[in-house]
Amino acid sequence: MSDLPLLEAKNCSLRFGGLAALTDVSLQINHGELVGLIGPNGAGKTSLFNILTGVYRPTEGEILFEGQSIDGLPPHRINNLGMARTFQNIRLFGSLNVRMNVRASFISRMRNGIVHSIRRGRSFRTEEEEIQEEGRKLLAYFGLEAASHHPSRSLPYGDQRRLEIVRALATKPRLLLLDEPAAGMNPTEKEELKRLIGQIRSEFGTAILLVEHDMKVVMGICERLVVLDQGHVLSRGTPAEVRADPKVIAAYLGESHQEQATEEVR
Amino acid sequence: MNPRLGLALGLALAMILQLCSGWIDSYTTQVIIFAAINVTLAVSLNLVMGETGQFSLCHAAFMAVGAYTSALLTGKALPALLPHLSWTGTSWASQLSFLPVLLLAGLVAALAGLIVGGPSLRLRGDYLAMVTLGFGEIIRVLLQNTNAVGGARGMDGILPATNLFWAIGVAVVTLYTIISLVRSTYGRGFLAVRDDEIAAAAMGIDTTRFKVTAFVIGAFFAGVAGALFAHAVEYISPEGFNFIRSFEIIVMVILGGLGRPVGVAIAAVLITLLNEWLRDFSEYRMVIYALIIILFMILRPAEYLAPYWYRIRRRLNPFTKKVPLS
Repeated sequence: MSDLPLLEAKNCSLRFGGLAALTDVSLQINHGELVGLIGPNGAGKTSLFNILTGVYRPTEGEILFEGQSIDGLPPHRINNLGMARTFQNIRLFGSLNVRMNVRASFISRMRNGIVHSIRRGRSFRTEEEEIQEEGRKLLAYFGLEAASHHPSRSLPYGDQRRLEIVRALATKPRLLLLDEPAAGMNPTEKEELKRLIGQIRSEFGTAILLVEHDMKVVMGICERLVVLDQGHVLSRGTPAEVRADPKVIAAYLGESHQEQATEEVR
Repeated sequence: MNPRLGLALGLALAMILQLCSGWIDSYTTQVIIFAAINVTLAVSLNLVMGETGQFSLCHAAFMAVGAYTSALLTGKALPALLPHLSWTGTSWASQLSFLPVLLLAGLVAALAGLIVGGPSLRLRGDYLAMVTLGFGEIIRVLLQNTNAVGGARGMDGILPATNLFWAIGVAVVTLYTIISLVRSTYGRGFLAVRDDEIAAAAMGIDTTRFKVTAFVIGAFFAGVAGALFAHAVEYISPEGFNFIRSFEIIVMVILGGLGRPVGVAIAAVLITLLNEWLRDFSEYRMVIYALIIILFMILRPAEYLAPYWYRIRRRLNPFTKKVPLS
């Protein structure tokens, strides 16, 4: 493992015509680190996700993954390099069952292609079994094995989010980007999610960039936080530092509530 | 059922029917051949529309490419190159010489598919439909204005090389290819692309490549079907491959249930038969045809039958694991 940061975004800006979604945003994530990305609605969190994963190309700036520029690469190539994501609004493959959703993540690394799939020779069967077994293990590890034959849409909401994470992990990423994984979860499910994130880090050593609204989730588990507001980096540091930053409190609750808010956050 | 077993059984059936062809009257033979050609067309279009979710309106154009390629091969190119080859003979050698013609027709159509699909599959939905519609018209107009292939008059006197074996054999191979492709981990990529392109790309799937692949494979089989068609009816004209023909294939795919190869094959056979039965009502034929299709669209029997079909398949398969149904 090199001492290069895993991911480095240098002075990235993203503009849609006259609208600046992101202005001069820099971000660094090291191997195995858990970084939280927070900010009020419309701060540019998902935009940042989208330029990191290649959905949009930054108007200015550069993104390096392990020292290699990933500017202008299509999303699937960026995934192949070792970066996987989940989506704020769940995007599972609706017509595939739970098992197949996970197996789809193995496609880009398969030895066998179309011709093998049609010929169905020995190497094809071996690989199918390998993938099936690996997928089964992943599902079992995250407690979804019992549902593996169910249509993915029939899962309860929390499980759908979990399945999205499993599907992303199946691409063997070194960096996992989670876009509001706790959205719509009840407190029990949130606790579950925190444990799950811990599990991912201990078992797979994956670095995680976590976008989240829920302060309790973020503050509890992240090592470092980056706060975005209106496309700018407002603050960065450990959870304790960020919590004490008056700019952050002002952005979240408005200037006049600052005193009161400081109390609340504490 | 194991796809390979299905392939073997299907080819055996094609062979048996061919050997019995002396006892089958020529009208029935013709209907069976048309049904088999329609199965090939519909199942191959199903890969593009049903599995990969790309709306293509030019399947008949690929069929035309295959038909004209094969007609030129058997009519002009090959007699000049191999003057002693007999096409209509009953010997195995003369029967087998049709195979390279079919393959070449498919390959030329696949190349056409690559040329259209490569740039246009970056488009989505309605835009792709427009491009494919345009391509279909371009092919038709090109053929109409090329005197070497008879222009608007078309080509006649094509050798009757298509027989039961080739027609059914090709349909079986198409079904096998598409089913085994879709029922593999790699092939699930087509469905993933259809379900959610953004998520598929984020999971490392090269979506453009999958779409172009589906298009090229679809065009290949459409080309082979076109060659079979040309050598079955012995006469082809550009009008036979217009937009209406493409639409007919689309109807088969939708009636059979998008993404269900077996259902699509059954729908292709039923629509062929329906077309034949309706000949007795000549002037009302198109009205009844349209009504039946509208009824099918409203009632969607394929969708209602699917769960039963699933249950029957599970019961018949001795290797089915006992997993509680959701």
